[in-house]
Parts: sequence; C-alpha cells; structure tokens
Amino acid sequence: MNEVAPLTGRAWVFPQDYINTDAMMPRAGYDLPPKQQESLVLSSIRPGWADLVEPGDILVAGRNFGTGSSRPAPTLLRRVGIAGLVCESVAEIFQRNCVSYALPVLECPGCLTMTTEGDTVSLDLETGTFTNVTTGVSRQGPVLPAMLRQTIAAGGAYAMLRAEGYM
Amino acid sequence: MTMAQKVLARHSGEAAVVPGQLVITEVDLVVMADSVFYKADDRLPTDLKKVSHPERVAVLLDHQVPAPSVKSALAHKRAREHADRLGFRWLADVGRGGIEHQVIIERKLALPGQLVACNDSHTSSAGVLNSAARGLGMADIVQLVCTGKTYYKVSPAVKFRLTGELPFGTYAKDIFLHIAQRFGSQEGHDIEFEGPGLASLSLDSRATLSTMCTELNANFVMFPADQLIMDYVSTVTDRPFEPVTADPDAEYAAVYDIDLGDVRTAVALPDALNKNVVPVGTAAGEKIRIDQAFVGSCANGKLADLEIAAAVVKGRQIADHVRFLVTPASQAVYLEAVKRGYVQTLVEAGAIVTNSTCGACSGGHMGVLGPGEVCITSSTRNYKGRMGSPDARIYMGSSATVAASAVEGFIADPAPYLDGAQRQIGAQA
Repeated sequence: MNEVAPLTGRAWVFPQDYINTDAMMPRAGYDLPPKQQESLVLSSIRPGWADLVEPGDILVAGRNFGTGSSRPAPTLLRRVGIAGLVCESVAEIFQRNCVSYALPVLECPGCLTMTTEGDTVSLDLETGTFTNVTTGVSRQGPVLPAMLRQTIAAGGAYAMLRAEGYM
Repeated sequence: MTMAQKVLARHSGEAAVVPGQLVITEVDLVVMADSVFYKADDRLPTDLKKVSHPERVAVLLDHQVPAPSVKSALAHKRAREHADRLGFRWLADVGRGGIEHQVIIERKLALPGQLVACNDSHTSSAGVLNSAARGLGMADIVQLVCTGKTYYKVSPAVKFRLTGELPFGTYAKDIFLHIAQRFGSQEGHDIEFEGPGLASLSLDSRATLSTMCTELNANFVMFPADQLIMDYVSTVTDRPFEPVTADPDAEYAAVYDIDLGDVRTAVALPDALNKNVVPVGTAAGEKIRIDQAFVGSCANGKLADLEIAAAVVKGRQIADHVRFLVTPASQAVYLEAVKRGYVQTLVEAGAIVTNSTCGACSGGHMGVLGPGEVCITSSTRNYKGRMGSPDARIYMGSSATVAASAVEGFIADPAPYLDGAQRQIGAQA
C-alpha cells in the first residue's frame, strides 16, 4: 500500500487548547483574494504568523485542535505552507478533514512538552512516531488507521473520486 | 452498546462495535448545504458525474440565502443543477425550507434509529429524533454521496441523566450553559440524554440541547425515542425506521446527574463556552453595553424562541443604540410566528425579523459585527471573530436574556420581563 512519506521540518508551536477552525479559516476571509485570505490564518491568535511560515514547516498544537465548524480549514494550513500537523489531540471532524484534504496529521500526547518553537521535528504516520530531531527525543502516538493513511497518500478524497470516475 | 454504537453496528453489519473501532457504513440520509457547491478546490472543484443513492440525498440551501453575492448565486445554481441531473430526493430552495437542521426535524427527514450525515458541524441536532447524526467535512460528504459509504470511529459515551423541572424564566439554552460550565468539553465522546426530566422538555427545547452539544465537542448526541418523539414521527409512513435504545449493560465513560431545578439564567462570556459561563446577575452587574442582540440559528431560531422574544419586548421598545435581529430557523417557523403575531410584536418593538438563514450566526451576512462591537446572541457559537470582526465581543444567553438585553441596551436578567402570562411559555419552551 501507499504510505505517506515521513516529514521533517521546522516546528511552529501553538500551545493553546481548543483552537477552532474559525481561527484557522475566518469567515471574514471567504470573499478575499487568496493571498489576503491566507494572511488571516490563525491571525486572531498570532497576527502576522501566516506570512512567516515557510513551505514544509510543521505545526505542533494543543488539545482538541480544530474544534468547531466543519469548514475545510486544513486546506488553508496547507496553503500557507504547513506540511504536517502534530497535536496533543485533534477534533474529530477536523481530523477527518486533514485526511480527506491530505494534510498529514498525528495525535501525540506529550508533543508540546518536547518541542520548542524552531526545533527541527519529524513525523512518521506509518509508525505514529513524532521525533524532535533537534533534541533527539521521540514519542509514539496512536497510529492512524491504514485506510486513512492511504487517503492522505493518494492526495485526498477528491483525488480518489477523480480516479474512480465520480468527478 | 450505547445508542449510537448500536446504530453504527446495524449500519455496518457488525454484531457489535467497540470504542476506537473504525466502521464503514451506508447512511440513511445525506444532507448538503449550499456551502458545498462553491466551485473551489476544497468545496466541489468539478461537477459530480454519478452518485450512488440519490434518493438518500437532500440539498438544503441555508448558509447564504437569498444569495448576497454572485459567488453565492452561482453555488445555488450549481446545487439546483446537481439535484436535477442526479435525481436527489429533495432540494429545499430559497424560501422553501430554512436552516437545514431545523428542516431535517420539521420535515422528519431523519428518523429514530437512522444514521444521518451532513456537511455542517451542528448535525447532532437530529439526535433529538433518536437519529445518530453528526457533521462531516465537505470532502467526506461528497465522497459519501458518490460512493454511498463513509467511515466512523466508534466513540465511548457519557450520559446526562435529567431530573426535575426548569425554574421559571430558564430555558434549554440555560441548561446547556449549566452543562458547559459544570462539565465542560466532552471531546471524543458521544452524549446520551435520559431521565424523568426529559418529559418536561418540548421538542424545541431538546433540539436546542442536541444542537448545542456540538459545542461540548461531542460526536453523536442521542435522545431516547420516548412517547413525544414516537408521536411526532407517527405521521411518517413512507419510510421504515426502528428506534434504538441503549443496552441495559451499555458502558459509559461517565454518568452525570442534572437536576433541572438547579439551572439558573446564565451568560457565556466572549470567545469560549466551556467553563466560561457566569450567572446572569454577574454579567448584568458589569453594565455591559451591547450594540447588537441576535435571536436565531439552528439552535435557537425556533418558534419557542420567537415566542419568548416577542413576550419580552411586547409593548416595549428596543434601546436606541441596539440592533435586535431575529432570524427564524425555517420559513415554517417564520410563517407560524407571523400567524401568531410574534413578528408584528417584534417589529413594533424595533427588531428586524430576517428570512431564515444561517446569517448572523455564521458571520456571513445579515448582521455581521464590526470592530469593537458587542453582541449578545442565543445562536450557536461565540468564538472570537465568529460573527464578523475578530475585535467584536460575543456573549451568549437564552433568547429571553437576549431580548431583555435588547430592551435595556445592556446585558440584562430577563426575569423582570417575564410575568405570570409567560410562565406558560417557560413550560412550553
């Protein structure tokens, strides 16, 4: 089966619990040009943050990350350059959206305490392993079921639907 | 197994399911809102060519109706085109339905024991009808519509056991705020309601709770198919359904007892609901001046809410500096509110009664907040930026609290506005 390749990148740390999808993808940005919409990502928590992200960066977050609205917020994280996400725990609709919009996501309790912003970190979905490359510390989270890892590896739900002739 | 676990077992063909298990299921109903039909990479990037069970699909236009922009108009057009071409069961066009969660209950689209999916996070609303219902993302909904299947991770459940009756002047929203303050987030869990206290709660009140439990970060939210519900769905003869009860030996992560008599009028402070609630007297004591008051949404745009709001403002005027917006949850609620005179009472007091739409609740149109503005709402969320500017502040209370605040111009206790005549309303709501 296809696996999501392990990712390594620079860590951004959002330690707050219960960051909601309105904060990632504010309604106010829906009708703005793409660049302006992207600059609003998590801006109510850290103004200006989205402009600092480099492609390939990894977001490390707190509990129940992505709570609230079912809006396709993972696509906005991807658009600003986030290549993967590791959090203490993840809200369920948001986790499904990460899978279906192909943003690698790993739940790893304890990830916050082992990460300082700017560290180089890596995540391996196949083994559920989060590693802080800078400090050499690793931690294991629950492994995302194979079916869901395959969806991410395939490029998301729409890529699969296209391949199957539905769209 | 719990109620939701049994529904998942039935629909996946498993004899039993356990928390943590991933099951693949068909569903009885898939609902898509207009929000799916925007031509964008993360909405519906290209038209659908074929679907598996069009008779299970309903399109309910609600998020941006009537179209406030050409972009929205195009999404509506595309929704109609898909419904026509692919033979969906029903499309509730602008003016013919209302907010999807209300329409699902009103038109009995979801039935006891059924499994229901919709692209909106407040889909747990339909749990009031003993359906296992929850929101999925748009891509998951599109995949479900196409392939006829989706997946669920089976959750453990917590149970709220209700006893007693609500004190005069308190409502279902106050029960929710009581739960949010006492128990906080129930992330990762389903919720079941049971107990003798349910008997005193109307369908509208229960539906406020089933909808608002999404804000406890719950997954499925289930109510029992008691006599009220069975009577309500007894008119449905064209579709089979089988109510679900929890097994006597079902396991719960926690069972919480709630005496409804302990519920008091409460207000959630801005930006969060869980563990962020104060008694109304505390909020009123701080002289919080408001710019906007809003009664509406899938949670609290119900007939009972319009009735309460009208009773509070009857013969009074909204404070000069306040905009009081009232958005019925459906066109049927709107019509009934017109017939009963609530709309006239509200408009005479200076309120605006809008058409049914997600509107101000989702910050898309019809009541967007500006920087620095303060709103009290009986809708679903008070997240920072939810209703417009991230610099606005959103408080939440019952529709009675919102209406009383609209009259005073400051967050206010509704008790003085509810006389003996309204005692009856409290019982019905």
